[in-house]
Amino acid sequence: MAEPVLEIRELRKNFGALAATDGVSLDLRPGEIHALIGPNGAGKSTLIHQISGSIRSDSGTIRFLGQDMAGLDMAARARLGLGRSFQISSLAPEFSSLRNVMLAVQAKQGSSLRFFRPVMGDRSLTDPAMAMLERVGLAERAHLPAAELSHGERRQLEIAIALALGSKAFLFDEPMAGMGPEGSKSLTTFLDGLRHEAPILLVEHDMDAVFALADRISVLVYGRVIATGTVDEIRNDPEVRRAYLGETA
Amino acid sequence: MPPKPRLSRETVVNILLALMLLAFPLGASAMGETFYITLATRIVVLALAAVGLNIALGLGGLVSFGHAAFFGLGGYVAGILSTHAFNAEPLLFGIEGTTSMPVIWLVAVMICGIIALPIGAISLRTTGVYFIMITLAFAQMIYFFAVSWPAYGGEDGLSIYVRNEFPGVNTAQPLSFFLICYVLLMLALGLFWLLRGARFGAALEAGRQNATRLAAVGIAPFNIRLVAFVVSAMMTGIAGALFADLNKFVSPSMLSWHMSGELIVLIILGGKARLFGPVAGAMLYVLIEYALGGITEHWQFFLGLILLCVVLFARGGLLGLLAGKARHG
Repeated sequence: MAEPVLEIRELRKNFGALAATDGVSLDLRPGEIHALIGPNGAGKSTLIHQISGSIRSDSGTIRFLGQDMAGLDMAARARLGLGRSFQISSLAPEFSSLRNVMLAVQAKQGSSLRFFRPVMGDRSLTDPAMAMLERVGLAERAHLPAAELSHGERRQLEIAIALALGSKAFLFDEPMAGMGPEGSKSLTTFLDGLRHEAPILLVEHDMDAVFALADRISVLVYGRVIATGTVDEIRNDPEVRRAYLGETA
Repeated sequence: MPPKPRLSRETVVNILLALMLLAFPLGASAMGETFYITLATRIVVLALAAVGLNIALGLGGLVSFGHAAFFGLGGYVAGILSTHAFNAEPLLFGIEGTTSMPVIWLVAVMICGIIALPIGAISLRTTGVYFIMITLAFAQMIYFFAVSWPAYGGEDGLSIYVRNEFPGVNTAQPLSFFLICYVLLMLALGLFWLLRGARFGAALEAGRQNATRLAAVGIAPFNIRLVAFVVSAMMTGIAGALFADLNKFVSPSMLSWHMSGELIVLIILGGKARLFGPVAGAMLYVLIEYALGGITEHWQFFLGLILLCVVLFARGGLLGLLAGKARHG
């Protein structure tokens, strides 16, 4: 078995008396889509925040490409190749879609302490950014401020940004949320191809998408992983059915 | 790309503002009205200070309520260096004073940079109201230091007996001094424009809009903001040196929080993050001060009303009214 890209061991986070993350261990292996499912309030987003570095963990380890992430902030983890999308889209709203992606291209190229050369005429920024927008199907919206995009389009834009970063693993927090059935379908196809570029840890409520995409699924309930396995294993796991799927399936 | 007019409306407005600001003192000079040249110089110097603040406040969203510290420091650099030169007594370690403006500006820039670095490094660990308060606190520390230090006039301030010199220019002549200030303002605007369009500006503005997004692409907002804060302080420091030379006087009032507030008001009036926002703001401010100040000593009451209207009905300031919403490529 190949070395996992992302290795999480015994991760914990308490908010007061609430154990939002209660000893979570999971792996993200090369080339896989690992879906993280669970009822509302199970701690999925908290876990994504801990991995990406926007919430500090109480204990436990996160190793990414063999390196311990302890003490690294969100910007440092992003530079190492941890690309993420947010549950509630997080973009520079006044900037156009293109400029949002250009920011990622600029970050990937190195220092932003460059003071004189205009970015808008810089083909080394605009060309890769435009290419990423084309890949996610947003090229026509390139010059629209991010604030004027639809919900679904903002999700696509976040993915374009993660792509532009040349991420070595993706953390996607509900990328299908707010998308119509058409949008979900095309995004599902897109993510399916993306796993060969970098593995994806996918938090998603759309079960059709999860079952279609996931190589493995982990089920999170009250901050604990109650099961990890293939789609079939999870579907037939009695505890999972009771805790979660029973209500929907 | 959407079709773009050759000159955007904002560019036309900017050019008109720059020409008006130049034509006014030229006309006044032709008619021998020295007072109006001084008025125009006041506009230009305040605008320069506000262009500096606009880097931090406008582009970075860093509401520094302590920029008077740098304005006043620049003023004291001019005052102290020229006093020592005038009295022919050396400063510390046998360094001579000077009456050369370029040297004074250089020293003002260095001093402001050196002071702004630790102030920024500490203040930028906070955001929002805390950032406002901590920058205010630092500025007040410097203010009280100046008040209580008798060597350079303390509370009474320090007079500059003869305006400092610029090679090849008779600075005692109001129009010449105006032109020096005007050229510096245009250079500062050019620098602001370059910074805003470059990678640095993109990161700084993205951080204002959404710091989480900036961090998520791997750019630490703190570093970008610290550089912006320091550059911003340096520019405001040069304006302070010019202000001291304009009034031939520097006092702790240049360091007081009223001054910090005035600089913020200029930007809000003119339009924050806009290239010519501080220029439009300073023009409006000084004209209100002059026009209403002649009628009533309570002119600031009316300034307050105008500010209220701008905040409630014209968030983009004067530039927003004249040139429409800001555009980001």
